[in-house]
Amino acid sequence: MTSRRLVLTRSAALIGAATSGLLLPQLARAQGNKIRVGLMLPYTGTYAQLGVAIENGFRMAIDEQGGKLGGREIEYFKVDDESEPPKGVENANKLVLRDKVDVLIGTVHSGVQMGIQKVARDTGVLSIIPNAGVLAATGGLCAPNVFRASFSNSQPTRALGAPMVKAGHKKAVWITWKYSAGDEAYLGFKEGFLAAGGTIVKEIAVPFPNVEFQAQLTEIAALNPDAVACFFAGGGAVKFMKDYAAAGLKGKIPLYGSGFLTEGVLDAAGAAADGVTTTLHYADGLDNAKNKAFRLAYAKQFKLQPDVYAVQGYDSGQLLVLGANAVKGDLSNKKALYAAMGGATIDSPRGKWKMSKAHNPIQDIYLRRVENGENKVIGVAAKQLVDDGPGCKMT
Amino acid sequence: MDFPTFLIQLLNSVQYGLLLFMLAAGLTLIFGIMGVVNLAHGSFYMLGAYLAYAISGQFGSLTVAIIGGTALAVLFGLALEWLLFRHFYQRDHLDQVLLTFGLIYIFEELRSLAWGDDVHSVKIPELLRLSIPLTENLSYPVYRLFIAGLCIALAIGLYLLINKTRLGMKIRAGAFNRDMAEALGVNIKLIHALVFALGVGLAAFAGIIAAPISSVYPNMGSQVLIMCFVVVVIGGIGSVRGALISALLVGLVDTFGKVLLPQMAGMLVYMLMAAVLLWKPEGLFKQ
Repeated sequence: MTSRRLVLTRSAALIGAATSGLLLPQLARAQGNKIRVGLMLPYTGTYAQLGVAIENGFRMAIDEQGGKLGGREIEYFKVDDESEPPKGVENANKLVLRDKVDVLIGTVHSGVQMGIQKVARDTGVLSIIPNAGVLAATGGLCAPNVFRASFSNSQPTRALGAPMVKAGHKKAVWITWKYSAGDEAYLGFKEGFLAAGGTIVKEIAVPFPNVEFQAQLTEIAALNPDAVACFFAGGGAVKFMKDYAAAGLKGKIPLYGSGFLTEGVLDAAGAAADGVTTTLHYADGLDNAKNKAFRLAYAKQFKLQPDVYAVQGYDSGQLLVLGANAVKGDLSNKKALYAAMGGATIDSPRGKWKMSKAHNPIQDIYLRRVENGENKVIGVAAKQLVDDGPGCKMT
Repeated sequence: MDFPTFLIQLLNSVQYGLLLFMLAAGLTLIFGIMGVVNLAHGSFYMLGAYLAYAISGQFGSLTVAIIGGTALAVLFGLALEWLLFRHFYQRDHLDQVLLTFGLIYIFEELRSLAWGDDVHSVKIPELLRLSIPLTENLSYPVYRLFIAGLCIALAIGLYLLINKTRLGMKIRAGAFNRDMAEALGVNIKLIHALVFALGVGLAAFAGIIAAPISSVYPNMGSQVLIMCFVVVVIGGIGSVRGALISALLVGLVDTFGKVLLPQMAGMLVYMLMAAVLLWKPEGLFKQ
């Protein structure tokens, strides 16, 4: 009996020591030479594919450097954020406090991003945003250690105004879901369209995530505007375009939208999407050498066609590489690191872009039209568009 | 709003209301007759939509999907009842909620494994792909009218089944007084299995015929689930007639709310529910 109890108490003590961290310093020291990269992305749920595309793109950029950052080996830590805003802070803390990452790459969902933003501001960890467009991240809550490699929510729609007015569509109805991404897309549209000389006949807000559009389409038909501009994405985007066509509005009242309306849904939307004109910072068929090389390499490595999310992941990687190389892998040299990343020009598949003072890309926004199930680039809607969001103290 | 637009909006309301009715009918049956709170009802709707996508993709016909998909869903309902739900009739509502809540997650993961996370579409049959011009700009898709027609037929069918057939009589007897019905020789276990399968079949049927206009995408069930519960609660739990009236009411409030009070549109339906519950705490048509 005594000996068995002894074994029990000793193993308990051992486990206790291990969990309380007494045995940990040695392990930590052994890994000290590696740069710790945290990936906080959605790997399950609706946005799972976006998370995977972003990670693929990111790793491609790192692999081009022989899998190293500024000459140092990398150790990856991954957390599935599930696109659950309530878990945002907790998940970011897992990477920053538990895994002690040097840089946090994430995420897709704007609500979750606000959690990361809080942790980034509290702890000063380097944070690179590969998608989420929430304005505050590079606006009112901007920070020297937060960089966005994607877009701001109002950036694509800000570019819609000029081409619409140029096409003679001066009276428009705006329609979107009533939630923050929709509100921010409207903000960009309104400023761009009014500045170009257009008038907004009516702003229609659909309760999120309601996809019954029949009432609003009847209203649009009665208002009879020159054009309709919108922001929808995913399943709702498909449904909206199909209902728009079925209601007979397609071909009578041209439909414009943020580019996310027609990303990844063209197969499902079919002919209903034909002729829809959108603005985005990327298009699959963009005609430049970097894009062609990127698409070829990506398809070869992952047996998948890359999309805008893969490009954003790739650029997040390129941005980190550029910063790490400038400080020779010493990410603790924050001043030099942030200066290098803030002053970076990224040679991206979407075309060259620079960081704004608030750390959001200054980039070309392309005008695209859906033809035969593809987003065809028909021009540049806005050259080197700056869109940070209001209230950043760094500008 | 001019008069023609008003009439079109009225048509929109009725059509949306009928679709809601079809979704809620199965839920109210299962809820009212077996006393099972079935949160997974939305998942059966999603299952139907994905079956429509899979079957119509395979055979190129929505008719095959409607018949085959509904039959598969009914079989699936029978299996599920036999494996799980049968053991939960006498349990606490909390246990039922936990079971069905868990099922939502399981069905979502299975859906993701089987069909991935993409948005898919289902083709409208050639015959119904027309639109009827109503005004200069606006046309009405024939397929929506077709759905409305199906829903009306279904409502009549359900009414006849429950009120005019021997099986319906047994169902009502079982819901009214289980022990007495059993004592009189009604096989309640069988009745319950049938009603449950019917409920699953109805939800899947709704998913199948709605698939061509709603498109097919992950989590589509959770969006309709809440609306279903609102309809069931307003109508009175277990009452099919109540569900029909309340679905039409919700369709009306939702459609005109979106046009007349867009800022409050998301709330209006719930305010309607609150008002009805204050007035009649058991819903409009308590069984």
